[in-house]
Amino acid sequence: MSKKDEKRSYGEVATVATEEPRSELLRQLVAHLRQNRTQLRQEWAHRITEAMLLTSMTQDEIFAEATSIYDNHVDALESGTFETLQAYARNLSERIIPRGVETDEVVGIVLLLRDVLARSLFAKYQQDFALLNRILDTYEPAANRVANSVAVSFVQERERTIMQQQEAMRELSIPVPQVRERLLILPIIGVIDPQRARQLTEQLLRGIRTNRAKVVVIDITGVAAMDSNVANHLVQTVGACRLLGAKVIVTGLSPVIAQTLVTIRVDLTKMNTAGDLQGRIEEAEKSLGYKVMPAEQ
Amino acid sequence: MEIETKVHIGSENDIIEARERGRTIGKIVGFHPVDQTIIATAISEIARNILFFANQGMMSFEVINEGNRRGILIVAQDAGPGIPDISMAMQDGYSTSRGLGLGLPGVRRLMDEFQVISISGKGTTVTMKKWVAEYD
Amino acid sequence: MEVPILKQSPHLITTIQAALTDADLIRLQDALVEQVGRYRSKGVIIDVTALDVMDSFATRTLRSIAHMIKLRGAETVICGIQPEVAFAMVQLGLTLEGISTALDLEEGLALLNQ
Repeated sequence: MSKKDEKRSYGEVATVATEEPRSELLRQLVAHLRQNRTQLRQEWAHRITEAMLLTSMTQDEIFAEATSIYDNHVDALESGTFETLQAYARNLSERIIPRGVETDEVVGIVLLLRDVLARSLFAKYQQDFALLNRILDTYEPAANRVANSVAVSFVQERERTIMQQQEAMRELSIPVPQVRERLLILPIIGVIDPQRARQLTEQLLRGIRTNRAKVVVIDITGVAAMDSNVANHLVQTVGACRLLGAKVIVTGLSPVIAQTLVTIRVDLTKMNTAGDLQGRIEEAEKSLGYKVMPAEQ
Repeated sequence: MEIETKVHIGSENDIIEARERGRTIGKIVGFHPVDQTIIATAISEIARNILFFANQGMMSFEVINEGNRRGILIVAQDAGPGIPDISMAMQDGYSTSRGLGLGLPGVRRLMDEFQVISISGKGTTVTMKKWVAEYD
Repeated sequence: MEVPILKQSPHLITTIQAALTDADLIRLQDALVEQVGRYRSKGVIIDVTALDVMDSFATRTLRSIAHMIKLRGAETVICGIQPEVAFAMVQLGLTLEGISTALDLEEGLALLNQ
């Protein structure tokens, strides 16, 4: 807030002080929201459905959650503390994130509640415009905080979930040793950052030595995004495996990714990939002394 | 723990001495074995440049702390002819007519921080740092 | 430091000890090239298990040894590169393109006898 704004708001506080105290306004506000709980809550739930939000939830579920958020919201306004509301929002997020509820839906429903409540305040106080203004002055900052804490809780919870999933994927992509004798398969799933690329390479090199692997198949079907950094990591991994005497075959290169790599001028020959896969497999068979067959489902 | 040590680079044996010193300090600081090897490789590369281009020089090794990070600081100094075009020397694939690449871009990839100051006719100073990686 | 070269017909096996100087490497190169000719060896295995650092000079020397041996009509296999050494090498941008590599001596011999 700039100096100028600060001064202005002090001025406003001064004028409010000559009218009824702020706590009195808040008491009136909370009383109004409690009295009209049933109707306002219903109105809100109706607007949520109308706006096609929370489509993955049933009417009853929406109504139950709307009731809880409504009550927590009023309590937070009254007490000025937001911890309970935040805890509820986190808990709610935990329940609805797995069902595919998106951030914009959560922000949307919170903004709808604000709108529903503000309209009801407007309807009640529209005869006394000065009082309406003061009520809204009291309501707005608190409502903003409510909206803020619900949205932030949701986003935090979502980030936590995503991180957990990434962690799970990290664990998933540990080299599967010895699918066949002296053959390792490394499926890479998810996002590749420098730290992860390094972990994968180290695991793979250790795996080659432990299993005396002669052939390594790196399957990149599950790689989330391919850019020159990821490609360079792959080239390095392939090179390091070769230094230990293992042949590497990269599979799962989609045409789109192949095109991307060509566009960013990655030398595909350094990745032992794509076109000559058949030849590579034959080469691998020769060095392994048996035939590699496609796995049946 | 304060550790600082210097190695004079004037012969091939000094290169070996320097990289062993770096590896030992790396171990004390708590570097992962892979990183100890990476540090030793970077030292070897830079020490060889000193010997090759400047005949002799000095490498110093120091344990450094920054916040709760720990790391190693390596400074290599020589009074040789200097690198005529650093920006060119920092490009991958650059190598001198004698067939010994300066390997500077490669060394930069090995380390976390890397700086070369070279004055034509006065010498070259390479400053490089590596921090102990945070593993989960 | 002298690097011993072991004769195991029709191959030569040499094990590089840690901390070889550049001069040692060049002496090894000369000795290998000479013995490949003398014993009409078919293959040469260079075991680098003991090397804890491979910088660009060492890599280049190994590559040039392999090329010279090839010119004398024999194959070279470099074996025993440690995982962390391999990791540092590729980060530095070093490869051994065109030269066979093997996990260890046993694998190296198997490769030459294929």
